Amino acid sequence: MQGPLIDTLARRGISRRTFLKYCATLASMMALPPTAGRAMAEAMAAARRPSVIWLPFQECTGCTESITRSHSPTIEGMIFDMISLDYQETLMAAAGHQAEEARANAMKENAGKYLLIIDGSIPLKMDGAYSCIGGRSNVDLLKEAAAGAAAIVAMGSCASYGGIPKANPNPTGAVSVSDIVKDKPIVNIPGCPPIPAVMTGVLAHYLTFGSLPELDDKGRPKAFYGDTIHDRCYRRPFYDQGKFAKTFDDEGARNGWCLFELGCKGPVTHNACATVKWNGGTSWPVESGHGCLGCSEPDFWDGGSFYKALSTPADPLKFAAAAAVVGAGVGVAVSFANRAKKNAAKTTHETTTLADLEK
Amino acid sequence: MNELQFLTWTRGPGLNIAVGILLLGVLWRLIEIYTLGRKKDLAAPRHAAGASGLHTVFRRSLPPPGMLKRSPVSYIGGYLFHVGLAIIVFLGAPHILLIKNLIGLSWPALPSQFIGLAAVVTMAAMVVVLFDRINKPVKHFLSTFEDWFTWAVTFLPVLTGWMATQHLLLPYTQMLALHILSAEILLVVLPFSKLFHGFTLFGSRWYNGRVNAHKGVPV
Repeated sequence: MQGPLIDTLARRGISRRTFLKYCATLASMMALPPTAGRAMAEAMAAARRPSVIWLPFQECTGCTESITRSHSPTIEGMIFDMISLDYQETLMAAAGHQAEEARANAMKENAGKYLLIIDGSIPLKMDGAYSCIGGRSNVDLLKEAAAGAAAIVAMGSCASYGGIPKANPNPTGAVSVSDIVKDKPIVNIPGCPPIPAVMTGVLAHYLTFGSLPELDDKGRPKAFYGDTIHDRCYRRPFYDQGKFAKTFDDEGARNGWCLFELGCKGPVTHNACATVKWNGGTSWPVESGHGCLGCSEPDFWDGGSFYKALSTPADPLKFAAAAAVVGAGVGVAVSFANRAKKNAAKTTHETTTLADLEK
Repeated sequence: MNELQFLTWTRGPGLNIAVGILLLGVLWRLIEIYTLGRKKDLAAPRHAAGASGLHTVFRRSLPPPGMLKRSPVSYIGGYLFHVGLAIIVFLGAPHILLIKNLIGLSWPALPSQFIGLAAVVTMAAMVVVLFDRINKPVKHFLSTFEDWFTWAVTFLPVLTGWMATQHLLLPYTQMLALHILSAEILLVVLPFSKLFHGFTLFGSRWYNGRVNAHKGVPV
């Protein structure tokens, strides 16, 4: 599959018109000006497939599942196919030494130009022994691969922020890509898993403009992570009206009311689920009746129960009863002290008579 | 500490500490105040219409004759921000949810837009009352650090809560965490400052009314 992308697409039955529409959609999704759609189409159509190396570290393969399985029949899947994915353990046919050789070759041939995708966190405890590939620790592999990369994409919450492996008590000493690599442009695409369209959007931007899209303070593309789930949620009007589902099977739940009281983390979660949706636009967690877990935010796993509303205590109150007892005890003690003081004053009180005053 | 960790801290250990100090302080002070006792009044009680503890509890909520005209800002501003605070705290959906989670009681909420309006009115009233305190020489003279401090401690939760829901200045997560933190500071300060009037108000009115009723004076 060499040659410009547009030819490859044409061979696969994708018309130029469909491709242009796709680019326009991507451009508008990323809040780029209308002209960017055409620029994107031209740049992408002419693009030679850039080399992409995908390294899986301490992960569950959910990110790969998300990208490949749910979107393989769509044009996003095609575009994804059109990059030269030189190393991806789950998808590649090669195994063992052959696979490692493919990685080494890709890194050598495209030194300084390849795009490095990481999914999974990087364990640091016990010299990284918790996760190794071909006898080498993840941290070692990451440092080597990052050195020749043009840019790095941290796929999923684990690579972006440490994710579930980093959850308290973090037994493996898991860290994110940006904790280790400091000298390369890194774009975080958090989510557990992230939305496939976000991934292709970032790739398209990179192919078109030769740079990563504008990022927020957590390294996420603003175009997709600029709004919270809550702000874009179709159930938002119910929140504003104070109409909440109280349980997962009550009248409110059946009427599609707001899931805030059932622990929805939409108000503090930045992601594009509410607009881009999942499974080719079929649905998304809140639409299917479950509150947002906040999976695209750092340390979402340690943010209290998924089923407790944001305005309620993250944990049951621990000191309340003890504090009440101590408070009552102090009150009683102080009142005894006050009584004693009064009684002492009473006993030492000397009566003043008229005769005393006339002295 | 990122903002979600900050928020989780305010919802977890922070709330724990704040509620603990509030309960400790409130019980301590209430028990201390109510066990102080007074000497028995040996004079025979006089009777007058309208002189009782209960009458005074209500009467003290109304301005004495002529006072509304003399200091309208204190009365109208005071009413507005007290009623506004009560609406926000007791009729805002997230607040009711917190109360339900803590003590199990709940009731219907008002729409969030109405709570937002109440917050704006409350803040405006509080700012006007503050300027009045600064501008009126007597009020200014009588004000101590505690007065300025308790004003700020009361104002901040309203401001941060409103800014969080309106998405102003900081991202929602940070503002929400600041809002909860400021409310926790209020809870900690409450039992040990003049804000304790929230708990002693009716008791002290009753007491004053009762003493005056004994003397046959409706106040």
